[in-house]
Formats: sequence, C-alpha cells, structure tokens
Amino acid sequence: MSVTLSREDIVRLCERVEGAQTRAYAIPKLTNEYPGMTIEDGYAVQSELRRRFIEQGHTLVGWKAGLTSKAKMEQMGVNVPSIGFLTDKMARPENSVISTSDLVHPRVECEVAFVTNKDLAGPGVTAADVIAATDYVLPAIEIIDSRFSGFKFDLESVIADNGSSARYVGGGRARHTKDIDLRTLGVVMEKNGEVIGMGASAAVLGNPAEAVAMLVNILHDLGETLPAGSFVMSGGITEAVAVQPGDHVIARYQDLGSVSIRFGE
Amino acid sequence: MNQQKIDQYGDELYQAFLDRKTITPFTEREPDITLEDAYKIQLRFIQRRVDAGERIVGKKIGVTSKPVQDFLGVFQPDFGQLTSSMVYQEGDVIDLGGLIQPKAEAELAFVLKEDLQGPGVTAMDVIRATEYVAPCFEIVDSRIRDWKILIQDTVADNASCGVYVIGSCKADPRDVDITMAGMVLEKNGELFSTGVGAAVQGSPANAVAWLANTLGELGIPFKAGEVILSGSQSNLVPVVDGDELVCTVGGIGSCSVRFAGRSAV
Repeated sequence: MSVTLSREDIVRLCERVEGAQTRAYAIPKLTNEYPGMTIEDGYAVQSELRRRFIEQGHTLVGWKAGLTSKAKMEQMGVNVPSIGFLTDKMARPENSVISTSDLVHPRVECEVAFVTNKDLAGPGVTAADVIAATDYVLPAIEIIDSRFSGFKFDLESVIADNGSSARYVGGGRARHTKDIDLRTLGVVMEKNGEVIGMGASAAVLGNPAEAVAMLVNILHDLGETLPAGSFVMSGGITEAVAVQPGDHVIARYQDLGSVSIRFGE
Repeated sequence: MNQQKIDQYGDELYQAFLDRKTITPFTEREPDITLEDAYKIQLRFIQRRVDAGERIVGKKIGVTSKPVQDFLGVFQPDFGQLTSSMVYQEGDVIDLGGLIQPKAEAELAFVLKEDLQGPGVTAMDVIRATEYVAPCFEIVDSRIRDWKILIQDTVADNASCGVYVIGSCKADPRDVDITMAGMVLEKNGELFSTGVGAAVQGSPANAVAWLANTLGELGIPFKAGEVILSGSQSNLVPVVDGDELVCTVGGIGSCSVRFAGRSAV
C-alpha cells in the first residue's frame, strides 16, 4: 500500500478533519467518499494536520499509540498499532476541570506515559532501546474523541483524525523504569466513585515499552524520529469509557500513584 | 430442607466426585432450596471426604467479582473448604484425568499466622494476621451438569472447588500493595488476560475479612496456618492436555502450572 490520494484531496480531507476537531462536530467517516483510501493516505492527512497546527503555533510535544491491545488489533484487522501526534494545546493539568463543549464524544482511557531523554529513531527499535532512552514513566489519562458520526469509523479514517487524540493529562508519580515492573502495573479506573475499568499494563502489547518501540518504527515510515524530551502515551490499558459534564474520573496505578480529573460543560 | 435430604444430596455430590460424573442441578429439583441448605449440603459433602481421610487445610472464596455476582444475582461472595487432596506443588503437572469439567483461575492466596475469629474482623485484621500472600491457581471444577449453576448449586458443591497450586514466591502484605497489584495471565506463552487485586471485593483483604466474619457466624474454625484462595482476578481459562499457564502478580512474582490428561467431560 502507499499514498493514493492527490495532494489536493489530502488537503481537502485535512481541512474537513481540522474543522471537526476545532469546532467540535461529527463528520461521516472519510472512506465513505474515498473508499480506496489506504492507511498511508490516513497518515498523509494526519501529517498535513500536524503541519498546519505547528504553523498555527502549536508545539509538538510527543506521540500516542492506539490499538495496542490484541483484541482491538484483531477487530481492526491490523498487526501494528496506530499512532497520533500530541501538542501542547491538548495538555490539561491534573485535578483540573476539562471542558466537554469543545469535544464531540469524549471517552477516557488509563495509560502509562513515557518521557524520553535520548533520541530514538527506527527502524528496528526494540522495547529494550525504549527503556534505555526513557527518562521516566508516569501515569496518564487520555481523553480520546472520535470526530466520526455514530462511532462509525475504520482505521484509515481514525488515523486521518489523528488517532482520535483530543486531550491528555499526565500526573501521579514519576518513576525510573528500573524501580518498577512495567509489565505488571495494576490499574483501576473509577468514574464518580464506581470502578469502570481494571487491568494490568501487560494489556498493552505485553509491555507498554513494546508499544513505544512500534510507535518509533512507524514514525520511521513517516520520515520522523522521536527526539529526546518527547512525551509518549503507550496505549489504553482499560477500555475507553464515555464521560459527560459533572463526571469525576480517577485512574489509580500500582507504584505510580493516581491521576484525577473532572469534566465540565 | 430436612437433614435426611441434606445428607442425601451431600452423599450424591460425594459419589459424583468419586465417579467423576455430573449431577442435575439442585435448583432444578428443589426450587425452594436456600443458601443455608446449600451450605449444609456442602458440610455433608466435605464431611464424607474428611471421613475418607482428607484433612481441611484452608478455604476458598468465590463469587468475588462484580461480573460473576451480577451473573449469579448475588451480592456477596461464597466459600468452600480446601482439603489435603486438592493441593499441588508448583512444578507438579496437574492431572486433568482426576477432574470432570475443569477451568483455571488466577488468584492471590493468603496464609494465616494467627486465627481470625469473626464477627468484627476488618481488612486491617486480615493484614495483621497474614503470614504471607502468594500468587496461585485454583482449578475450579463442577459436579453439576454443564456448569448450569445457581448460587445454591455451587455452594452445595463446595464452591466448585477442584484443586489448587500455590506459587513458591511470596510477599508480606505490608511490602506490597495487594489492592493495586496487577495480575498478568499467560497461556502457552501468550497473553490471556490481565487483572488487578481490586477486582476481588475492592481488595483481596476485604474478601478474607468477609470470610472470617461469615465463618464466625457459622461457628466454623478459621485457624493459623490455613490457606485462603481469595477469589479470581482473571477470566476462567479452559485447560486441556499440554497447556501451560503462568500468572504474575506485580511486586510478588509468578506461579506456573502445567496440565496433562483428559477430564471426564
């Protein structure tokens, strides 16, 4: 597979996604109009979106991996995760109230996030390379938001929509990877005092560092590297759960503390 | 239910256990059977095993997760008794030929260093009275046809207990967060599922406190040295000849088990 869309079509689709993201409305999945769209086309649209955001003054902070559980990959018929970019404009502080009026259908996931202190460049990057390049890990909540109507989407459209990236919150306790077992970290997610998700970090490709390694290798295919100081979200340990104004969400992690957020109008 | 029927049903379970055959659910035959009746049948079933030379070595707690409680329509756990003939050591091969319709569950086991006499026992008392915790597998098995169980059926059938194996690694519950400890379960080298201690009644220590209080009410002793299987943290795993399972609990370690032979059903 390769890029099949013309430059004109890529720009057109990018404008459509950008409009949906910035003005918070749902659009039909892109493959309705472009049924032959490939995953590479999806990344071409995403790259154009990134270029535009950076041109508008957003700072690229890092990346996120999606589709990191075996079940989700099988559901989508792929054997690698998808990735999306993260900017400073998507960051929200721990214990803050996150507005939902500028989101379409927000959902939350618990993840382990990595902060790097060495450059990483694919191809062939392994989980061990990722560990060696990691400054620290921290717990995070990702607020994903698919801009597609009625949650009807496919991989090509999701990638064009920047992997449903919307907001992210890092917090809790930063740890060196040598002080914890990255595979067996227990996670409990609660909404309004009720447990809504449970699991352990191995749910992410057996080890979240594996997801980061795959992410760096996909970046290579896009002609990009992961510079030192990047923030990387390694993929949901728990299922994504819908949130609405008034909800309080707390993600509790073994050895990494917790991250708490509220949602408002 | 009169004592004659209780004895008859307890004897029927004992015979099914010896013959490795299943029986019709009690709830189909006795629509008015109560939980109290069911525990009396369990006592008779266990008494027959003790009379035949087995010793009581501990207890198992079942129905501790919300999905299982919702499925059975009960909002508290149940318990069964562990006997000396159910014990396997880590490294042993579990003979499926001795079982009827087995499935495996990954759990945290507690070993007590002090008696726990309910009522009035709290999770804090459980930690105080615990010698150590260890990862373990319980191989559940049902003498009831096709696992068609309501809560009364499984309670009468000794909480569907089959055999168990406790991992050789152990931890003091003061050194590890047993509520947040993640659980990673692998089958034949592949990730099967993940979980966390909180999946068991909010914390495995809560399940053990419930047990101490329930046994206290029933006048059943709960002594130092007993083993308690605190409740499943994983999905049920079907097992066949040649299967190998490993569960790893964050901050404690792993328990592995292999299976050989063919179960009756």
